[in-house]
Amino acid sequence: MIRSLRPLSLAALLVAAIALMAGCAKQSNEIVIGEYGSLTGTTATFGISSKNGIELYLDNLNAAGGIGGTKVKVIVEDDQSKPEEAATAVNKLVDQDGVIAVLGEVASSRSMAAAPICQQSGVPMISPSSTNPKVTEIGDYIFRVCFIDPFQGQMIAKFAKEKLGLTKAAVFRDIKNDYSVGLASYFTDAYHALGGTIVADAAYSEGDQDFKAQLTVIKSKKPQVLIVPGYYTEVGLIARQAREMGLDVPMVGGDGWVSDKLIEIGQDALNGCYHVNHYWEEDPNPAIQKFVTEYKSRYNAKPDGLAALAYDAAGVLTSALDRLRTEDPAAFKALLGPRNDAQKSARAKLRDRIASTKDYPGVTGRITLDAARNAVKPAVFVGIKNGKYEFVAAVEP
Amino acid sequence: MQELFQQLANGIAWGSIYALIALGYTMVYGILRLINFAHGDVYMVGAFAAYYLALATGAGGAAASLPMALLVLLGSMLVCALVGMLIEFLAYRPVRRSSRLTALITAIGVSLFLENVGLRVFGADPKFFPQLIPPKRITLAGGIMVTNHQITVVVVSILLMVALTLFIQRTKTGKAMRAVAFHRDAASLMGIPVNRIITITFAIGSALAAAAGVLVGLTNPKIEPLMGIMPGIKAFVAAVLGGIGSIPGAVIGGLVMGVSEYLVVGYVSSTYRDAIAFVILILVLLIRPAGLLGRNVAEKV
Repeated sequence: MIRSLRPLSLAALLVAAIALMAGCAKQSNEIVIGEYGSLTGTTATFGISSKNGIELYLDNLNAAGGIGGTKVKVIVEDDQSKPEEAATAVNKLVDQDGVIAVLGEVASSRSMAAAPICQQSGVPMISPSSTNPKVTEIGDYIFRVCFIDPFQGQMIAKFAKEKLGLTKAAVFRDIKNDYSVGLASYFTDAYHALGGTIVADAAYSEGDQDFKAQLTVIKSKKPQVLIVPGYYTEVGLIARQAREMGLDVPMVGGDGWVSDKLIEIGQDALNGCYHVNHYWEEDPNPAIQKFVTEYKSRYNAKPDGLAALAYDAAGVLTSALDRLRTEDPAAFKALLGPRNDAQKSARAKLRDRIASTKDYPGVTGRITLDAARNAVKPAVFVGIKNGKYEFVAAVEP
Repeated sequence: MQELFQQLANGIAWGSIYALIALGYTMVYGILRLINFAHGDVYMVGAFAAYYLALATGAGGAAASLPMALLVLLGSMLVCALVGMLIEFLAYRPVRRSSRLTALITAIGVSLFLENVGLRVFGADPKFFPQLIPPKRITLAGGIMVTNHQITVVVVSILLMVALTLFIQRTKTGKAMRAVAFHRDAASLMGIPVNRIITITFAIGSALAAAAGVLVGLTNPKIEPLMGIMPGIKAFVAAVLGGIGSIPGAVIGGLVMGVSEYLVVGYVSSTYRDAIAFVILILVLLIRPAGLLGRNVAEKV
């Protein structure tokens, strides 16, 4: 008797499941966006800072009534600092959660793993801080609100050659990391063009613990400056080991150094080193100070450059949504509806609104997206002195 | 030339750590004919045990001193000795009479278990090992620069290896271990408590892995739950290279691995850092399958 009931109960379950799924697809009263980031793993502070920045922006927005009364909800997925997990996370956001736009990632390798999924599904993606040029070349649905590596590489070259007056550089790149390899090459080209020489070009792999073999070779070439376009975990360890080996030249790097963990890892070894950042947190500009104060009181931490960019990425997305709402209310409404053709064309209209972002007043500077969907904006150089950051220079593009 | 010697010096310090891990592989293999794949993860547990011990006792910060560092080292070795005994009792003892393949698969299972428990308990983020001894730079003859950490690694490794050799050669338990390694059933018939000897072997091997974990934390202060995989495999290759089952072989194998890794990264390419281990493994298996100091034993059919 019980046995014969089984197929029946299975069928009933199936019906119930279908009914539930249909229930999910009905008109909702909030805009659902997705975010993926490295909340854990070797670059955990990247993901945590970005998540905090986005959360802060959206909570402020929702508290002030959302987008014309419609609240914005964000679903966050952790990619464990791994490109393959980034693709899985975005697949889930797009297919299961049905988000209408995606924010992320910091690391270019991970943005590049996830971007094709967004492009194919027609879901706009804004990377707050992936600087490798190839990220937005993936397609017309992929944007970013930060500067790109050719600019950053050129700036590091100029800084090392002109500001520090050093003509012999060694480059130490992370061979497994698209960002690092790209930035190292842009630096090399620019440094050559300025008349500098690269005396050593060595490589390591993300996750390595020991760098002494490469540093021994680098040291024997007697560079005046060591360029490390990598991420903070390895940079901190490299700085320590370089000093242990007696390689005492200044180290200069890109925005991959941006993390409050950097000094914790590298400690004294980082004194006299410099890196690029996206903004300067002690800038007296009231908008920046408002952001810094709110962030500090909420998370009990200083907002780093990546938190600021994530805050701006959320701002660029919601301002595009707001323009869509006023200019095309029907399309805005379709974004709240089920995943059908109407929503797809509404997402295309949202894409157009993001692409036309002009002079958005972000905490990391005015954001205007160019034809290649990249932001054109100034960068900041900071130095490390006695375990503290200090402002060195701001460079206009 | 100075560069070459610098690479060799660094390679020896790094190789001592492989040697310590390799000792555990070789001891367990000598006695049980089991490749304990969980051994690399015991090394990870050792590093984390020391991390939490150092935080709890303040040995990493204000109270940093040599006795405190020693306390952390011994504490972590004790924790891992217990972990090793537990692994043996819960995982390997029940399958001891089964085929060797069963034991091998069990070992892989224990390894994955430890890694994932580590991810769950310690978290996937890398942790930064507290500074038990403040770093200092020392210039040796010929301009070779080493740190007091590297010297500590080599000295502690040598002390542990000497202690182990004396233990095995001079004590009654050591003699019993050699007897069990030689012929388990015969040893049992002679009244040697085989189970207890196996437990002791696991305890000692795991304690050595813990020491390696602490020493790595000292020189390369980044620890994470998956840190044991690669060193585990490389130490395994070191044990095979030296002749698995042979204790001096494990030490030589570890040093060769460390030095060859430095030479490959320094003079060829950093991308071959891990590949060199497997090149060595393949060469050993082709040219001298018993390893440098191993004996060829005819398989009984």
